[in-house]
Amino acid sequence: MNNLAIKKEEYTATKNACKLCTPLGASLVFKGIRGAVPLLHGSQGCSTYIRRYLISHYKEPIDIACSNFAEETAIFGGGANLKIALENIRRQYDPELVGIATTCLSETIGDDVPMFIREYKDMCEGQELPPIVHISTPSYQGTHMQGFHGAVRALVEGVAEKREQDGRINLFPGMVSPADLRHLKEIMKDFGIPFTMLPDYSDTLDGPLWTEYQRIPPGGTPVEEIRAAGSALGSIEFGSVLAMEKESAGRSLFKKFAVPCHSMGLPIGVDETDRFFNTLSSVSGKPIPAKYQEERGRLLDSYVDGHKYVIEARAVVYGEEDLVASLVQFLKEIGVIPVLCASGGRSGHLQKIIAEMIPDDEQKNIRILENADFTDIESMAEELKADLIIGHSKGYTMSRRLNIPLIRIGFPVHDRVGGARIHHIGYRGTQELFDRIANTLIEARQNASSAGYTYM
Amino acid sequence: MANAALKEEIFELDGMDPEKVKEEMLSAYPTKVARKRAKQIIVNKVEGEDVPIIQSNVRTVPGLIGQRGCCYAGCKGVVLGPTRDIVNITHGPIGCGFYSWLTRRNQTDATTTPDGHNFMTYCFSTDMQDEQIIFGGEKKLKQAIQEAYDNFHPKAIAVFATCPVGLIGDDVHSVCKEMKEKLGINIFGFSCEGYKGVSQSAGHHIANNQIFKHVIGNDDTVKDGDYKLNLLGEYNIGGDAFEIERIFKKCGITQVASFSGNSTIDAFANAHTADLNLIMCHRSINYVAEMMEKKYGLPWIKVNFIGAEATAKSLRKIAAYFDDPKLTEKVEAVIAEELPEVKKACAEVLPRTKGKRAMLFVGGSRAHHYQELFNELGMETLSAGYEFGHRDDYEGRKVLPGIKVDADSRNIEELKVEADPEKFKPRKSPEELEKLRSCGLEFAGYEGMMPEMKNGSLVIDDISQHETDTIVEAFKPDLFCAGIKEKYSIQKHGIPLKQLHSYDYGGPYAGFKGAVNFYKEIDRMVNSKIWGYLKAPWQTNPELAATYAWD
Repeated sequence: MNNLAIKKEEYTATKNACKLCTPLGASLVFKGIRGAVPLLHGSQGCSTYIRRYLISHYKEPIDIACSNFAEETAIFGGGANLKIALENIRRQYDPELVGIATTCLSETIGDDVPMFIREYKDMCEGQELPPIVHISTPSYQGTHMQGFHGAVRALVEGVAEKREQDGRINLFPGMVSPADLRHLKEIMKDFGIPFTMLPDYSDTLDGPLWTEYQRIPPGGTPVEEIRAAGSALGSIEFGSVLAMEKESAGRSLFKKFAVPCHSMGLPIGVDETDRFFNTLSSVSGKPIPAKYQEERGRLLDSYVDGHKYVIEARAVVYGEEDLVASLVQFLKEIGVIPVLCASGGRSGHLQKIIAEMIPDDEQKNIRILENADFTDIESMAEELKADLIIGHSKGYTMSRRLNIPLIRIGFPVHDRVGGARIHHIGYRGTQELFDRIANTLIEARQNASSAGYTYM
Repeated sequence: MANAALKEEIFELDGMDPEKVKEEMLSAYPTKVARKRAKQIIVNKVEGEDVPIIQSNVRTVPGLIGQRGCCYAGCKGVVLGPTRDIVNITHGPIGCGFYSWLTRRNQTDATTTPDGHNFMTYCFSTDMQDEQIIFGGEKKLKQAIQEAYDNFHPKAIAVFATCPVGLIGDDVHSVCKEMKEKLGINIFGFSCEGYKGVSQSAGHHIANNQIFKHVIGNDDTVKDGDYKLNLLGEYNIGGDAFEIERIFKKCGITQVASFSGNSTIDAFANAHTADLNLIMCHRSINYVAEMMEKKYGLPWIKVNFIGAEATAKSLRKIAAYFDDPKLTEKVEAVIAEELPEVKKACAEVLPRTKGKRAMLFVGGSRAHHYQELFNELGMETLSAGYEFGHRDDYEGRKVLPGIKVDADSRNIEELKVEADPEKFKPRKSPEELEKLRSCGLEFAGYEGMMPEMKNGSLVIDDISQHETDTIVEAFKPDLFCAGIKEKYSIQKHGIPLKQLHSYDYGGPYAGFKGAVNFYKEIDRMVNSKIWGYLKAPWQTNPELAATYAWD
């Protein structure tokens, strides 16, 4: 059916990985809940490494607690540590929710975290406790995306209830930027639809300076709204790879509370954004606000104006599988050939998804790498003579060695300011991506031109 | 009696009672936790030889959000990370390798070695999966070592164990031994599982042990050059080591090896041929210096190249040790040549920095060393503490015999070292050593941070985010020094934070040129006008809203 070439296993070791670890994704989700404190159950190094890594991208305070295992804890189990940690967190932060993710350490020794939580709740009988949500995140299974989606699912499974239907829509946006989340909220407000967006780190991870200090940054999805998710009109869940997984937050709500789930790719490009707006409109029964029709019009206008600069450019795209899949859809739309689509993830779905997007006769030009690292990506990028690279900061050294411009998107962007403000989705986010791609290609040609033209 | 009187003395810190601030910090904790933390939060009261005891190098209480990393981070990230020509393989799931991939800004200059090897930009990991957790990861590790060898033909490969490795029983050492025999290059492993010890400090010790066991002493070639020494505990963040090397070169001092900023494995192997070890970061590297002294006979002295005066003092110590008028003269000439420029830069910013107040919570030495620079800037250090220091780093090495070794530290191997029958060579006769001592040169000594801090200042070990918030709110210092994890939360308070791990992507700050860089940056930070904009004019002075009277 298709000619897409996929990677064959050449190496055992991972050299310069194109994925991060599972508890990072879960921690990020918990940072998007109002008043929540993420808690890693295991070695303190994990919380430190994950904090410093997330902070280098978001440049905001990110506090993640830990149950601080010692050597004897690794032998006798971490129950006592977890309970002490929970108690201390409550005393210091009075959190509205505690999100527990495990690390390799507690997973390898087989700690029974749900049992520890039950024991802690028994210990605190008579006291009012915040919801304590747990997700198992051993890093030897999956990538940060499994941690991310898993935590979203654990939150709805642990907190959502059946109540009277209030016309709300649940939005599960996946791992997008604070700027993207802010845009989604604006769209929902413009539609006039009540909603639960989970997670929402648009304020917690891209907030203003404060005139008064706060222990937990303001913002985030209120626990109350997660509760209400069980009584929504429907759920919209972004991520085309997620859509092929057995479990997700949206599907869980459907099974438990019969909330219909609409799965789609991240709304990047006209096609996918149209689908998002259409779905919003049909589920809520409300018209698409004129503002967005205008944004769509401007985007198409810029496609027409700019297509000659981008057409048939050869792009290397890498990052999370959901993001790569949606970018491919968008690049196809503007005539850029995604000659190499790579991800450190290995869900096994990426190839099939891309095969469905790309017409058969164009597939022979496209390579797909699953479970890829940057050594794989770089050697193939060189061979494929790419014109541009689209992905996060870890592609910088490749970009430098191959002398191919890098357009920084996604996560992590730790060698530029404004990683949190990169906008990817909706007509507006697509517009920003399109302009950056076109201008990057123009700049490369301009720099390489002997004429030094200054006018197009 | 004098002591009793001292204990009752009430100190004032920046117009406040430090004991009250301490109480406030502890008030949020359950009794047991408060009791433990009370021993780690000390109001400094030094009189003569009397230094208060500070509990340190103990476990962080679960749920207190702290600064510390893990054993692996100390071993792979800190000590071995900066060596450019060893291929480092992380044996474990992907996170550990990823997070320690070029995140520590150690610089290196590969153009100075003929092979040009530099593997610091690579992140090798066995990327353990379920299969390895269940059936063991040794096979995958062997393949990874083979691949690293095939790809790069390095001189050495080092393997770092992460949490699951120890738990599933993979023996990295036997794999390394087997592959060493097979490939004929130096391959060695580190059992630096994240759960060992109480902080990255355990990892430093493990790194020291293995480097000592597997590398130091492998090459006896005595290289040309005068006044041969090693610089230990300098990691070339932001180019610090380059500046120190520049000064050494100018003085005619030969640096044999650096542990481990801008370092190579060949230099490690040859380090025992030097005649003196200098220690910068006492916490991370004193073990190697102690072991080298026992086995090879070269003594160590504590130095500090952070701060212009401290740099001059350290150079004079080196000159005193070698006791050669030619070197002494050269060192004095270099100091005389370099200092005026530094003094000029300092005088320029001093009117703006004088009287500003700083806090430092970083590392196992930096919180001490950087107080030198703040003194030069006329700034007061209100509070300081280490992330992973031990009592000797706070109170001085004289407390070493009295430190009780707890279970967490006992689990870290203590190598038994004896004088090498062939290679041991005392560098100075007992008479010469005595003479040097009588002239004030202290060997194997470190006074620690507390004796140099003012009475009444708050010394806080392993500070938590909660305590950080509390002291910052209480004192509103003009500058806070820590790392990236603290940076943005402190800045939300409206207080600038200087990163002393990564230098905020600046540097060098060591030596003479480094001091000038530091003065300028601190001036810029403590005198920034941005915080004045925090409240919009219509918030502070509603009637100004329409007039744009910004000043």
